[in-house]
Amino acid sequence: MRTAVKNSRATKANRTSGANRAARALRMPGGFSLRLDVRAVTVVVLLLAAALAASVVLIGTGDFPIPPGDVLKTLVGNGTPGQDFIVNELRLPRVLVGLLVGASLGLGGALFQSISRNPLGSPDVLGLGQGATAGALVVIVLLSGDATEVTLGALVGGLLTGLAIYLLSWKQGVHGYRLVLVGIGVSAVVTAVNGYLLTKSDIVDAARAVVWMTGSLDGRDWEQVWPLLALCAVLVPLVLANARGLRMTEMGDDVANALGVRVERVRLLLMVAAVLLTATATAAAGPVSFVALTAPQLARRLTRSPGPNLVPSLCMGATLLVTADWASQRAFGAEQLPVGVVTGVLGGVYLLWLLVTERRAGRI
Amino acid sequence: MLVDSPPQQRAETAPAPPTRRAIRSFGLLLSAAVLALVAMASIAIGAKELSLEQVWHGLFTSTGTYGDVVVDERLSRTLLGLLAGAALGLSGAVLQALTRNPLADPGLLGINAGASAAVVTAITYFGVTSLSGYVWFAFVGAAAVGALVWFLGGSRGATPVRLALAGTAISAALYGYVQAVMIMDKAALGRMRFWTVGSLSSATDSTIAQVLPFFAVGTLLALALARPLNAMSMGDDTAKALGAHLNRTRALSMLAATVLCGAATAACGPIVFVGLMVPHIVRSFTGPDMRWIMPYAAVLSPVLLLGADVVGRVVVRPSELQVGIVTALVGGPVFIFLVRRRRTAQL
Repeated sequence: MRTAVKNSRATKANRTSGANRAARALRMPGGFSLRLDVRAVTVVVLLLAAALAASVVLIGTGDFPIPPGDVLKTLVGNGTPGQDFIVNELRLPRVLVGLLVGASLGLGGALFQSISRNPLGSPDVLGLGQGATAGALVVIVLLSGDATEVTLGALVGGLLTGLAIYLLSWKQGVHGYRLVLVGIGVSAVVTAVNGYLLTKSDIVDAARAVVWMTGSLDGRDWEQVWPLLALCAVLVPLVLANARGLRMTEMGDDVANALGVRVERVRLLLMVAAVLLTATATAAAGPVSFVALTAPQLARRLTRSPGPNLVPSLCMGATLLVTADWASQRAFGAEQLPVGVVTGVLGGVYLLWLLVTERRAGRI
Repeated sequence: MLVDSPPQQRAETAPAPPTRRAIRSFGLLLSAAVLALVAMASIAIGAKELSLEQVWHGLFTSTGTYGDVVVDERLSRTLLGLLAGAALGLSGAVLQALTRNPLADPGLLGINAGASAAVVTAITYFGVTSLSGYVWFAFVGAAAVGALVWFLGGSRGATPVRLALAGTAISAALYGYVQAVMIMDKAALGRMRFWTVGSLSSATDSTIAQVLPFFAVGTLLALALARPLNAMSMGDDTAKALGAHLNRTRALSMLAATVLCGAATAACGPIVFVGLMVPHIVRSFTGPDMRWIMPYAAVLSPVLLLGADVVGRVVVRPSELQVGIVTALVGGPVFIFLVRRRRTAQL
């Protein structure tokens, strides 16, 4: 344990010195100045561009392919009525749900990983996805509810699980490792409940439940877009406003306290935000695995900057999910797989690589 | 991250005084008696309640009455519970000693997930439908994941957190695969959703005959490892100085744990937390000597498993709750309690 601590300190120091080179001060009239990490900004711009490009391609993909130029034309309102229906009514909401879900998962994952100070402390591992699944399964299996009720059930399940994990790991503050391990325990219990519900269901419900459990963007429309958009509009600014405090807490609670951060308050606020983001995203698209885990890690490696990397993670999540959805539609043709399968497979491979390198670096 | 390392060092150097040994032997006998009672209850309790006389009659002087047939049915289930429980407890004890880690558990370390992924592969892609076929796949899956977690989780200086995280991460990835297969193949979904929760209800005499050799080999291997594992608990350098073969012991321990856990998982499906809880509870009254932990774990784990099975049969009558669900519902809170009880500095 002691060597691990020493190593993590050493790597943290390395990363900090690496970041200083890329930072520029942006001076504005009136004596204001802003520290600007050039590399991080470049990464964010590139990721946004990639997300938008992937979205346009994704809108054009399907049984009725539309070239990207026509997609853009239709989006600004100059398409034929047929294209207008396909693009704006059928495919645009799906892509928007994908972007928003990816962004929420990326941001939620970055928050959890920063709070637990552990790259594997993501909502997938902590059992939030399982909790949301339990909520959805209760609705599907016991109440035979429709899609809206399933969404609501998943939301309630995710929020309750988040609350349970927070309360159970509370012991004069929430400590990173305890959070992760308690999450693993909660996750095991909820998984057992899910298994029970699956065995109770008839095979039709079970098949529907398994598709939901994998995460899918199939048949998402404007009804799913608005709540997600509203939540993101409230939570993203709130989270970013507290990012500074989160970055301080990464140096340790004592240091952060000394620097004037109210550690537990910031942590509670951000955890609530992260749980809300993850639960809403999961309710909209099902527990799409690994986006929350991989997006912050990839973002951090691209920006090479220390700290939670919230905005890059958010953009990375959106890009990843839309790209994975495109891959799942293209790669499997008529027999479409849910997007969660693609993120699961890609994420699994990435995760193994992450574990190997983290082990070599003495972190984890 | 070591738990109870100072007592561990004392245990090997000073042999237990005769009185303490007598108490422990008596305790073991008592545990065996409890096990016998639970086994009787497991035969007696169910959709058709039997009296103890009927159980006795069916067991020893069977004449083919209705009660005797019921006893015969439940006997194989109970026997499988006994064997699988002992196997899970022993493999948990071995893994906890091997990793010097009180949170090690075959389920937590992803060995179950490896077996699950292999079994779903066997059902879908190789058309395997019989248990004797699953067993081999479950073994390969369990062994591969066991080795992988051991490698990723820190073969040099494993900490509870690293191993738990590596195991959970790999489990998550493998369960993703299992789900993908189940979406594409309805037949696999039909079988797997019952297999993955962990149940004793599929037990037949032939099931038991198939897995019995593995349980026997694994148990003998595990018991033979008690002494080397005791030496290993003192740290690698001391163990080497005492003449223990570190790599051989480690490899054999992994092998024993995998054989035991793989066979149990193949026969009953993934059952979590039995291997975690029982050795942990046992250690609190036997102390760290593996020569006592292992027999106690082997006797008390079936008590838990059969107890959970009986509870599962009773609580949601007339249907039943699979034993894996009951152990997870009981084990999860115990795990969280163990995590919370340890000092913050350690976690």
